[in-house]
Amino acid sequence: MTPFFQHLGMPFEAAWLLATICGILLIAVPVMVGVAMIIYADRKIWAAMALRRGPNVVGPWGLLQSFADGLKVFLQETIVPSAANKALFLIAPIITFTVALMAWAVIPFNSGAILANINVGLLYVLAISSLGVYGTIIAGWSSNSKYPFFSAMRASAQMISYEVSIGFILICVVLWAGTFNLNGIVMAQKDHVWIINGFVANPLLFPMWVMFLISGMAETGRAPFDLTEAESELVAGYQTEYSSMSFALYWLGEYANVLLMCALNATLFFGGYLPPLDWAPLYWIPGWIWLLGKILFFFFIFSWVKATVPRYRYDQLMRLGWKVFLPVSLGFVVVISGYLMATGHFEHTL
Amino acid sequence: MIQLIAFYLFAGLVVLSGCVTILSRNPVHSVLWLILAFFNAAGLMVLLGAEFIAMLLVIVYVGAVAVLFLFVVMMLDIDFATLRAGFIRNFPLGMLIALVLLGELVLGIGAERAGAIHLGTPDGNNAAVAGASNITAIGALLYSRYLFLFEAAGIILLVAMVGAIVLTHRQRGDTRGQNIPRQIARRPEDATVNRSPAVGEGVVL
Repeated sequence: MTPFFQHLGMPFEAAWLLATICGILLIAVPVMVGVAMIIYADRKIWAAMALRRGPNVVGPWGLLQSFADGLKVFLQETIVPSAANKALFLIAPIITFTVALMAWAVIPFNSGAILANINVGLLYVLAISSLGVYGTIIAGWSSNSKYPFFSAMRASAQMISYEVSIGFILICVVLWAGTFNLNGIVMAQKDHVWIINGFVANPLLFPMWVMFLISGMAETGRAPFDLTEAESELVAGYQTEYSSMSFALYWLGEYANVLLMCALNATLFFGGYLPPLDWAPLYWIPGWIWLLGKILFFFFIFSWVKATVPRYRYDQLMRLGWKVFLPVSLGFVVVISGYLMATGHFEHTL
Repeated sequence: MIQLIAFYLFAGLVVLSGCVTILSRNPVHSVLWLILAFFNAAGLMVLLGAEFIAMLLVIVYVGAVAVLFLFVVMMLDIDFATLRAGFIRNFPLGMLIALVLLGELVLGIGAERAGAIHLGTPDGNNAAVAGASNITAIGALLYSRYLFLFEAAGIILLVAMVGAIVLTHRQRGDTRGQNIPRQIARRPEDATVNRSPAVGEGVVL
């Protein structure tokens, strides 16, 4: 977008600044509206699976329910517990929310439509998602209350455990794509198996995708791994003491993280903005529509799992992370790099 | 211009948050300021064009090390009065360390002024990977020229990890572990019975 503003007669730096701000708004505003709509979709899917109707009062088919909820929490009073550490208590939801939006900077929405086309895109995503745990820990500690603190301990142990296996899964993808740049990873999936775009069609990477999907659920704290806010044990977990907008920020940040995880699934394994098949007429549909469709598909899987699978026990969660996913993903790193070495995949890269 | 603003922003925040890390009364606040310092240091790395190092700094230090710090500090019940009691006694030692660090900084800057250091092979041929991306360059150097040092570092870390596990692991006889295959193999029929007793007879368990 920078050349466009330069074309209007601006100096490079002003054009760059304006282009970046426009890019941020172009990503953040649709993501926020998307989060509002996805909360509605989540409730509708969940209701349909429980043979209920779900939200159906505000607006046509209840479409405006999320906005009504948003208005409601906006008008509520922000309550800060008197024993809480006030500054940290108020900063924590802001951290969660900001971090949830930051990682979107490197997601390619179309060929060339990417805010920050950096070499280390995937590492950036990992770095940002490792920051997400701070919002939870700080909330749990600063609330100065028992249940939030338990929840914060659980959340951080859970997130750190699953980040390890996610790291190994991403290494497999990077080995095959030969780059950390997310645009490069998408392009590497073109015609990956015959005419199918996407690493998921590859028999060696398909198990990695299954593990990535499950780890993603654990990483975002979605059911069946929602032990951080298990209402039967911990009231509302680390959000117990929060009210009004600070609570809403957690709510929005959580769903923005889920959407991001869906976008990562789409980008890393399902060819991102590429159509599913490498067939010319499919390219007439713009890339961002394909990406959006894939994100919605994965979000449906997330909702489906939430509606059907009972919650894990905490020791089972830890066992799955450390004793199943970690060794299996480590084994796959060895197998995949061995396969790529044997077939001469790295010849052209160095 | 943008680079200059970014540099002074990051550098100023690193210095500021470093100072507050030391001066802050609450240890949890100290750790959080330390995280801010790490983060801004990563920003400085990006300005230098070392984006790989920057991301590693965030992933390793902010994402893992600082979380453990925060864990430990939150769990500890620290009495500040006893901590401050040793301040005067330890002051000379602290000053000594500060002087050593200052001397090293001066030495480093002086050496840098004297001319660039040519690492790598004795003939100074270390520009083999110029033009490649950060990760490619680091990978090519680590796995070719510095392979031995890299593997040695890996072995040292492995030994340290095994050592830490051996030191902290203790066998306790009084715990009952989970037998996961048995739990998975368990069917409803193993645990429940469905009977329909006649009225007034009851069930013998």
